[in-house]
Amino acid sequence: MTPVRISIAAAIGSVLLILIVLELIRGRRLKERYALLWLATGLVLLVLSLWRGGLNTIAGWLGVSGYPPAILFAAAIMFVIAVLLHYSTVLSRLTDDNVLLAQEVALLRARVDALEREEAREPATEPRAG
Amino acid sequence: MTPRVVAVVPAYEEEDAIGAVVAGIREFDPEIDVVVVDDGSGDRTAELAAAAGATVVRLPFNLGIGAAVQTGFRYALEQDYDVAVRLDGDGQHEPGELPKLLEPLERGEADVVTGSRFREAGSYRPPLGRRLGITWFAKLVSLLSRQRVTDTTSGFQALNRPAIALFARDYPSDYPEVEATVLLLKHRLRLTEVQVEMRERETGSSSITFLSSLYYGIKVTLALFVGMARRSAVPTEEAPR
Repeated sequence: MTPVRISIAAAIGSVLLILIVLELIRGRRLKERYALLWLATGLVLLVLSLWRGGLNTIAGWLGVSGYPPAILFAAAIMFVIAVLLHYSTVLSRLTDDNVLLAQEVALLRARVDALEREEAREPATEPRAG
Repeated sequence: MTPRVVAVVPAYEEEDAIGAVVAGIREFDPEIDVVVVDDGSGDRTAELAAAAGATVVRLPFNLGIGAAVQTGFRYALEQDYDVAVRLDGDGQHEPGELPKLLEPLERGEADVVTGSRFREAGSYRPPLGRRLGITWFAKLVSLLSRQRVTDTTSGFQALNRPAIALFARDYPSDYPEVEATVLLLKHRLRLTEVQVEMRERETGSSSITFLSSLYYGIKVTLALFVGMARRSAVPTEEAPR
C-alpha cells in the first residue's frame, strides 16, 4: 500500500501544478492550447495520488508489487515526455514559419528596392492617386 | 521566343568571390538575369553582388543553404521565369558550362538537369571523406529512383517551370541536394545529368567539414527514407504552401 505521506505530498504537488498553470493562463502568459497537456498532467497525477486503491490496482496490473508509488512517477514521466514531444512539434512549426517569413521579407524588400530604383530613374511627375 | 532565364546564386559571406561570379555569368550571357540570395552575410557580399549587376535578395538572418536556394526559386516563380539555373556563390560552377545544362531543358527532355562531376572521369577529385559520402548517396538515390544518378551533391542545376514551382514550395534544409533529388523523382519530374567540370574553390572552405559530414550523412539518410515513406505527390497541386 502507498504510504499516506506520499499520497498527501503528491496530491499537494499536483494541486500546485494545476494552480500555477491556471494562474499562467489567467495572466495570459500561457496559451490555452499549450496548457491543456499540463492541466491533464496535473489532473491525472491528482487522481492517482488521492485514489489510493486505484493506484494499488494499477500497480498490480502492471506487476509492480513492491512499491505502488512507482506508478505515480511513471505517469508523471509519461506526461513530461508527451509535453516535450508536443513542444518539439511546435518548435518545428515555428522554425518553418520563421523561414517563410524571412524569405517573404527578403523578397518584398528586393521588390521595394527595385521600385525605388525605378522611381529614382524616372521620377513621377504627377502625384500618385490614392 | 527564347526562354527567360534567371541565375540563382546563393551566397553566404562570399565577398571575395561573388563579384567575379556575377560578372562571369553576365559576361557569358547578358540576357541571363542574376539574382544573388545573400544568406544573412555580415560582409560586403550583397553590395558587391549588386555592383556587379545582380538583383540582390537579402535574407534578414542566416537561414542555411537550403532555405537560401529556395528563396531564389521563389523569386524565379514570382518573376515568372521560364528557367532557373543555380550556381554557387563561391565560383566553383563555370558559366561556360551552362549550355550543357540548358540544352536538355530546351529540347523538353528533362525538368531538371544537374551538372555532375562524376558522370565520366573528370579532373575533380574530392577528399576521401567527401568522396565516400558522395558515393554513398549516389548509390542510395540511384537505388531509390531506379535511375543512374552519379552526383547527388551538385548544386549546379537548371530547372524548368514545374521544377521551379515544386522547389519554391518545398525544398529541404541543410545539405539539400540529395533530398531534393528524391523529392523531384517522387513528384515524377524528369532528372537528367550532364558531365561538367567544376573549379576548385577559389576562396573560403567548403561548408562541409569532416564531423559535420558524418552528422549530415546520418541526417540526410534518415530524411531520405522518411521522404520515401511520405505520401507521393503529383506535381504542383497539393498541400498549401
